[in-house]
Amino acid sequence: MKILVTVKQVPDTSGKVAVNPDGTLNRASMQTIINPDDMNAIEAALTLKDELGCKVVAVTMGPFAAETMLRELMAMGVDESVLISGREFGGSDTYATSQIVAAGLDTYGIDEDDIILCGRQAIDGDTAQVGPQIAEKLHLPQVTYASEIKKEGNTLFIKRELEDGYMTVKVQTPCVITCVKELNTPRYMTVLGTEECYDKPMIVYDYPALQNHALIEPDTIGLKGSPTNIFKSFTPPQKGVGQMLEGDGKATTDKLAGILAAKHII
Amino acid sequence: MILDAKHTLQQKLFREFAETEFTKELQEKLDLEGEFDWDIFHKMAKYGFTGIKIPKEYGGSGSDYLTYCLMIEELARVDCVLSVYANTSNSLGGGPLVIAGSEEQKAKYLPPIAKGEKIMVFALTEPGAGSDAGGTTTTAVQDGDDFILNGRKTFISGAPVADWCLVFAKTDPTAKGSRGISMFIVDMKLPGVSCGAHENKMGINGYPTSDVILEDVRVSKDCLVGPLHKGFSIAMKTLDGGRLGMAAQAVGVAQACLDESIKYAKERKQFGKPIADFQGISFMITDMATEIAAARELVYNAANLKDANMDATTACSMAKYFAAEVANRCAYKAVQIHGGYGYIKEYKVERLYRDARITSIYEGTSQIQQVVISGNLLKK
Repeated sequence: MKILVTVKQVPDTSGKVAVNPDGTLNRASMQTIINPDDMNAIEAALTLKDELGCKVVAVTMGPFAAETMLRELMAMGVDESVLISGREFGGSDTYATSQIVAAGLDTYGIDEDDIILCGRQAIDGDTAQVGPQIAEKLHLPQVTYASEIKKEGNTLFIKRELEDGYMTVKVQTPCVITCVKELNTPRYMTVLGTEECYDKPMIVYDYPALQNHALIEPDTIGLKGSPTNIFKSFTPPQKGVGQMLEGDGKATTDKLAGILAAKHII
Repeated sequence: MILDAKHTLQQKLFREFAETEFTKELQEKLDLEGEFDWDIFHKMAKYGFTGIKIPKEYGGSGSDYLTYCLMIEELARVDCVLSVYANTSNSLGGGPLVIAGSEEQKAKYLPPIAKGEKIMVFALTEPGAGSDAGGTTTTAVQDGDDFILNGRKTFISGAPVADWCLVFAKTDPTAKGSRGISMFIVDMKLPGVSCGAHENKMGINGYPTSDVILEDVRVSKDCLVGPLHKGFSIAMKTLDGGRLGMAAQAVGVAQACLDESIKYAKERKQFGKPIADFQGISFMITDMATEIAAARELVYNAANLKDANMDATTACSMAKYFAAEVANRCAYKAVQIHGGYGYIKEYKVERLYRDARITSIYEGTSQIQQVVISGNLLKK
């Protein structure tokens, strides 16, 4: 049994977002982080690994600089990683990305008792489409918005977090699950992990490695082949965040006075 | 110095951990109450912080000195005392065993120390033997297969929470100065071992310090670390690495002073503009940043020398001497920039000012570092 986790390096939206003339992100000029929801998927995989002793593989599509992210994940406990990287893949939208990643996953190998975990969505595009599209392309069952995962044999019990409540779904492996942040709190790397992560295997699939896969349609990959074109990218203006104080009257007012004094308002 | 990919990743780990786990509430609790916090200690141990300088075969990660320095610096940047939590096992606690312990001693003591299950502390200083460790009066007298220890050790960091203590005692009363001193592992639960009152310190509160009193304490000869009468040279070798860690700690404290000062200088307005706009303030910040950059280079360079197995004694002392003095100067400036608010406990620089003060005192005062450096320069 193994767990394949799809991950993405995304721009740190707490910094300045830079955009290319074609509307795509200028990733080279921005600080990158691991997509937060993907970290929850990684933690879910590592938790299952702690329980069951299975292998965890991180899979990403991106430039070679994404190796930094993969090494970090391996320092957390991921056993192996796959980097899908090629100029031909650049600028892909979700439709194109999902067929490339699905081809990468299939090339690596998906067994009967395997699980594919994805983050719910990436903070750069916020589409939440790639996970479900991967499932469709691989003809696997999918369960989205998982906030709890339990495994009994080849059956998984998934608690889905929906806007108006919860839904528990039973699903057979192999399957695709997308994870929400409520699922867990991601662990840190370990010091030993940072020492050993550079010795763990990282497989690279370039375009020639995947071009003959049945899922790859050469006309529908990359920027030119993507059905979606980005019209405009921008950072929406931030709304000021309020702070709620809780407690009884005196303590709360004292605290409020302290905060106002610290900000030199009073 | 530009860090390579591995060290950059490790720096990220230490920074993220400290910024997330060392909450303001935890920092204030430690400073106010002075009690050891086992939860954060065990969490640090879980991620391998307590075993960083302990070899892999004994449960550590066998990391290099640069990694060790990055850890201490990043932890100290958020809370100085919590960098001490991660330091002891890698430095004065585990270090002497790594340097001079027998195979049996390493196998028995290092794994639980690396995993944070047990705490080993280092007891060299005595009421009358501080910088002059040669003045040790604690004695160990051989009695068959055992040694009987008597004496009093003072300012022993971590003693009240320790499971074991490395005690330096005179085994050859005829030998003068630092000669004739041996090192013993003493179980803190043995009859005759007791701790004095917790010292009420100026800073680094939350890591209790006390005397260790030894009254007819019987230890087996298996507890002798390294050759008989040669304990002092092991202590000096250990202190080399220890100084480097404390130098990194001083850089972390100094950096925290700078971080707080920049933040405050941009926020605080006087005469209608942020005080950062005044040269009197901005030049203090410039001096802090420049000195910190220089101190950091000295620390990383000394770490590199140690990692290359080159003679690093002078380099470690230079790093400790300079970084500790920089930490003190930066703490002074940080409080000065904060003005009256810097004198109030609500602001972090008040604690930084107190924490910085220890860096030029423990593990060799600045003046002892000057003695080491000048001695090495002039003996050639």
